[in-house]
Amino acid sequence: MKQTVFLGTVAAASLVASIGLAQEGSTLAQVKERGELNCGVNTGLVGFAAPDANGNWTGFDVALCRAVAAAVLGDGNKVRFVPTTGQTRFTALASGEVDVLARNSTWTFSRDTDLALDFVGVNYYDGQGFMVRKDLGVTSAKELDGATVCIQTGTTTELNLADYFRANGMNYTPVNIDSNAEGEQQYMAGACDAYTTDVSGLAATRAAFADPENHVILPEIISKEPLGPAVRHGDNNWGDIVRWTLNALIAAEEYGVTSRNIEELVRSSNNPEVQRLLGVSDDLGAMMGLDAEWARRAIMTSGNYGEIFAANIGEQTPIGLARGLNAQWTQGGLLYAPPFR
Amino acid sequence: MTDVSAPGNPPFRLSMLIHDRRYRSLTFQVIVFILVMAGLWWLVDNTIKNLALLGKNFNFGFLFQRAGYDIPQTPIPYTSDDTHLRAAVVGLLNTLIVSVLGCIAATFLGIIVGVARLSKNWLFARLMTVFVEIFRNMPLLLWILIIYAIFTEILPTPAAYRGEDAAWSMIFFDHVALTNRYTALPTIAMTNDPGSLDLGARITVNWATISFVAALTLGVIARRMIRNWAQSVQDRTGERPRTWWMSLAVMTVPSLILIRYFGLHLVAPELTGFNFTGGLNVSNALVALWLALTLYTAAFIAEIVRAGILAVSKGQTEAAYALGLRPNRTMSLVILPQALRVIVPPLISQYLNLTKNSSLAIAVGYMDLRGTLGGTTLNQTGRELEAIVLMMLTYLALSLIISGAMNIFNARVKLKER
Repeated sequence: MKQTVFLGTVAAASLVASIGLAQEGSTLAQVKERGELNCGVNTGLVGFAAPDANGNWTGFDVALCRAVAAAVLGDGNKVRFVPTTGQTRFTALASGEVDVLARNSTWTFSRDTDLALDFVGVNYYDGQGFMVRKDLGVTSAKELDGATVCIQTGTTTELNLADYFRANGMNYTPVNIDSNAEGEQQYMAGACDAYTTDVSGLAATRAAFADPENHVILPEIISKEPLGPAVRHGDNNWGDIVRWTLNALIAAEEYGVTSRNIEELVRSSNNPEVQRLLGVSDDLGAMMGLDAEWARRAIMTSGNYGEIFAANIGEQTPIGLARGLNAQWTQGGLLYAPPFR
Repeated sequence: MTDVSAPGNPPFRLSMLIHDRRYRSLTFQVIVFILVMAGLWWLVDNTIKNLALLGKNFNFGFLFQRAGYDIPQTPIPYTSDDTHLRAAVVGLLNTLIVSVLGCIAATFLGIIVGVARLSKNWLFARLMTVFVEIFRNMPLLLWILIIYAIFTEILPTPAAYRGEDAAWSMIFFDHVALTNRYTALPTIAMTNDPGSLDLGARITVNWATISFVAALTLGVIARRMIRNWAQSVQDRTGERPRTWWMSLAVMTVPSLILIRYFGLHLVAPELTGFNFTGGLNVSNALVALWLALTLYTAAFIAEIVRAGILAVSKGQTEAAYALGLRPNRTMSLVILPQALRVIVPPLISQYLNLTKNSSLAIAVGYMDLRGTLGGTTLNQTGRELEAIVLMMLTYLALSLIISGAMNIFNARVKLKER
């Protein structure tokens, strides 16, 4: 009897021992071998990343994932979207569950250094704001003293909120929620006076309401929230691929390359920068282990940055965000892709 | 068949480690010990290597950095300028608050339901059966979410109490307001505040609180002395003196004097701006969590109590009746002392379960240890391993303390002759 127990323990111990070490090797090689890009996205934020009625993911962040998949694997549909919450996203990336994280994540110092992430760029310049019901009669965030505020736990917004109320000598009661859907429910039931998150997120949330006209986003922007795709530390080549795919989409808009005219430009453009971008003259792709046409495929998948913006979150969509800071540098915005040479 | 070899110890051979009963068990124990140690070493080594691979190290320095986030319910003073360590302590205290409240309420409700299930009233007993089966057969998380959703959706926002002809009005003589965020309760204020005792680390206890605790403790001791005196009188004369008025006096008179002395009175919460202020706002997250934990655990405790009572043979009751004891004295003097022997050990497990189940608080945003240390702190610092290890050790320590305390209690109530 005793010995059977011992033998069982031995068997269990050897089973545990047979579980292997974490995966090693370059992310590019892993993605190519798998034939699929694992992309961490929001659990559901209309306009940025949400599955439609048929289960197809669409959105601003989703388009970036598809562009990377097109550049690397040649097909923008070879993506497995992994929904992550504010709490699970960085762990999912660090553990290798996703290859790239495109989930409205703010680029901050500690995340870039201490969390061992690499933010490869900014695809949306955002800021934190507040949404309240119109009938509260509140017109400024400075009038929110004593309010109950719904906040997604595990986000930078939690810290900004604390700092903002402290700096203005105001009190508030936080209601911690886990996901945007839960926040929406609490806010709609009146369990909180104000809902705070990035303004883009507020606009997306409001667009999903039955009565968006009864809710107002307050004018104060209390923080800088540069949102961008992130990869793990330690694989610089993979970081380059994601960074330059994003830059290619931004540069394409700057040079007027769209998904519609791209074929024609490949044949006829005599702008050397466009020729290099589209792999007509130099073979830039080879420098990071891809073929010459990587950027061409990335742009063709869902269009250049401007097309993606307009299709998912622009003024013609229910979310209705203006370009603002996210216009090209030539239009007074902050988007500025380094030269392709 | 004449074995002449001497019966002494044969010379030791290596094969005896397997074939000789005297050595075999020792051999296996040594092998298993080595394997377990090797397995543990492998796990630790693997963790360290993988952490190095991710460019992370293992240290608890983050506990002393500024937390930077706010917590809705703070039993000790806390601001966003405090450290992650203090945030973790606040979380631990919140865990303890809901656990202690839950254990007390679940015990009371469990005993009532358990006894009621044995009631001779058919309808009453069946209703209790339905209660038990409903609550113990559905996941606790669902109960927490359902109760929380009921509070959020059914109760009004604080704004509903505003104005002359408000849709809702406060109850208990305008002292309590139910809202979909919290229950606003009155606070106790003093006209003659004796000041506070500073325990360090910005934790203070008001002298009035200390006085009341001291008064109640002395009251309990005095009551016990009165009971002993009554017992000795009864033993000598056979006549038990009436003591209820003495007990009542020693329990209440000192407190009444203190209330008078400190000028204690209730201050009702008032609706100012967005919310009720000036009172004590008990968040719905706490109430929902507490109710769900209570109902769920009470269903299990009810079954334990019922089993404990049924374990005492009916002959005991009949013997007590034959001696002329009334039913309630039969219960308290004969049945319960014997039933407790069966009830207490599984009751300990239920208390441990309740405490650990309280970590489901995150579902309703109640900031317990899992919400602060294992939630926001973990997220903001990215120290998953450290935070989880610390949390596991804390829950382990908490559980061991509870079970240690309950074991002492068990040693006191179990039958002495065994």
